[in-house]
Amino acid sequence: MAILIDADTRVLVQGLTGRAGTFYTDLAIRYGTECVAGVRPGKGGSTHVGLPVFDTVAEARDATQANASLIMVPPHRAADAMIEAIAAGIGVIVCVTERVPVLDMLRVKAALDGADSVLVGPNSQGVLSPGRCKIGVMSTRDATPGAVGIVSRSASLTSEVVAQTSALGLGQSTTIGIGGDPVHGMGFADALRHFRDDDETRAVVLIGEIGGTEEEAAAEYLRGADFGKPVIALVVGRHAPAERRMGHAGTLAMLGARSAAQKAQILADAGVLLARDADDVAPMVRKALAGA
Amino acid sequence: MYIPEYHAKEILAQYGVKVPEGGIARTAGEAEERARALKVERFAVKAQILAGGRGAAGGVVMAPTPSAVGEAAAKLLGTRLVTAQTDAAGEVVERVYVEEAVEAAQALYLAFVIDPTGARPMLLGSARGGVDFEKEAQADPSILETLHLAHDGAIDADALGAFMVRIGAPEPARAALHDLIAAMVRAALRNDALFVEINPLVITPANVAVAVDAKMILDANALFRHPEFETTAREAVRDEYERVARDNDLNFVRLDGDIGVVVNGAGLGLATNDMIAEAGGRPANFMDIRTTATSFQIARGIELLLNDPRVKVLLVNVHGGGMTVCDTVAEALNFAYSRNSRKLPVVLRAAGQNADWARSIMKDRRLPHENAATMRDAAARAVAIAGGKG
Repeated sequence: MAILIDADTRVLVQGLTGRAGTFYTDLAIRYGTECVAGVRPGKGGSTHVGLPVFDTVAEARDATQANASLIMVPPHRAADAMIEAIAAGIGVIVCVTERVPVLDMLRVKAALDGADSVLVGPNSQGVLSPGRCKIGVMSTRDATPGAVGIVSRSASLTSEVVAQTSALGLGQSTTIGIGGDPVHGMGFADALRHFRDDDETRAVVLIGEIGGTEEEAAAEYLRGADFGKPVIALVVGRHAPAERRMGHAGTLAMLGARSAAQKAQILADAGVLLARDADDVAPMVRKALAGA
Repeated sequence: MYIPEYHAKEILAQYGVKVPEGGIARTAGEAEERARALKVERFAVKAQILAGGRGAAGGVVMAPTPSAVGEAAAKLLGTRLVTAQTDAAGEVVERVYVEEAVEAAQALYLAFVIDPTGARPMLLGSARGGVDFEKEAQADPSILETLHLAHDGAIDADALGAFMVRIGAPEPARAALHDLIAAMVRAALRNDALFVEINPLVITPANVAVAVDAKMILDANALFRHPEFETTAREAVRDEYERVARDNDLNFVRLDGDIGVVVNGAGLGLATNDMIAEAGGRPANFMDIRTTATSFQIARGIELLLNDPRVKVLLVNVHGGGMTVCDTVAEALNFAYSRNSRKLPVVLRAAGQNADWARSIMKDRRLPHENAATMRDAAARAVAIAGGKG
């Protein structure tokens, strides 16, 4: 198995006809992803990169039984695209779009409340179950099917850890980029929950950084869960200068914002193995699996 | 995107927040004129910089007469103001704001923020407003009260009533305060604010609620629906380097070290700078090449580093992925070096998509470089070269 997406996942692409939508859908199809439809209001009835195009997500879903969506629309349309996919009951929604306004994301989160959809992103590189399904813009060059689940706030470091774990022959079950935006869909704790229930995943790598509270939420989940698999974390930004200029750093401190070092410590206290630096991650995974 | 006091007050006033009468001045003469036009008995002269913490740093001066306003402005204008929220060099005061000094019976703290975890707007408030509020709240968080709003910013009147009691608003002032808070929330939502702070929020002896100081941070990602803030957005980037970078699809922050850093991806950038620091070196910058940047744009970022006399070596750490590939960055280095006489040594660590291609470009174009196999090796080599032990 993998989590969220596998060889049976049927993917529709919102924003298929755009430049990025065309390029990455073509790559996904070549990778073997079962892409079944595109959505572009006003272009319903046409065909693009060999896929039928529909005006709405609901029409595309009815005609093709799509159960996942890749969203590649411009920022000003991203929130409405996510809300449309949620309303159409799409199971896994991956939004790659960068620079979505925060207030728009509050609307999206309200739409997600009580819905069955899982949203990944926005500003996510996507979800990849190597050899089976790719929903996103990540490179698949170094990805191999295997035992390591990766959940990350950083696309570039995910590529790094994918290459490292493949080089050591470990491979990946699924990689998830939760995106770098303050208000987003799936978090670390949700991803960990999925990885725990997946037999193929034998270890999880968590890549965090300064800002937000994802690492704290992951630690809280792990403290209360009988996780049963090693979790290896890298938290970057330990030497980043404190954010002074924006003028609300003090307010964030009042609300309990923590440094990268503090986040790492909280994870360590919850039983997570800490990688010293980015080169240290895959060797630690190998060691943890050898000892497990 | 930081909105300084005078501009924040202008925006808030448009939505019905009461602010003291005042105006902006760029010279001492202008400041005195502003004061005369106000026809009040006491004035405040306030330095306008893109950071808070001015009160404690001497950036706010009270003046009894228009001529004293002129003198205070003459002293502030052109000086560098260093506050708890600026860097060590501070910021040059180019404008002062002259306004009526409001008599305070009480000084409250009020702010609008987005709670990312709850995905809702939230109000922060306290009875202990004033220049030392942040410090006091960090020492004793119990003085800070919070109130979550609905996801669309709708305010529950009863909950707001209880919040006003918790922040110590006197009963006769609550109706006015209610209106001010509703106006602030409206201003925040309509302008895509991530943060609005009114501190102090003064309750006058006549129970009027006045925003005596204010600042806002707007969501730069929402600029497409606020073309009126385009100029403000450009002015908000004070550093010339950061401005050039912004125009070239690069995230760039100047730091105070001597190792120039060229990296694709924010996470990899943070990881690289961590490794430099842990190897005993100091990065001159943080760089994240955005996925849409072309090799010409990346070259502009590299030129910034070549033109920075502090920089002694470039550490180029690229993981070619689905969007930025390694050869794009190598081509950028080639462009930048062909246009610049300063040939700084490069330590290149390339992995992922087209890494071999990048290395052969570096070799063929005879760029002064060495290849590193791992990030840790690259950091160690850059630190050695910067330390003169190359």
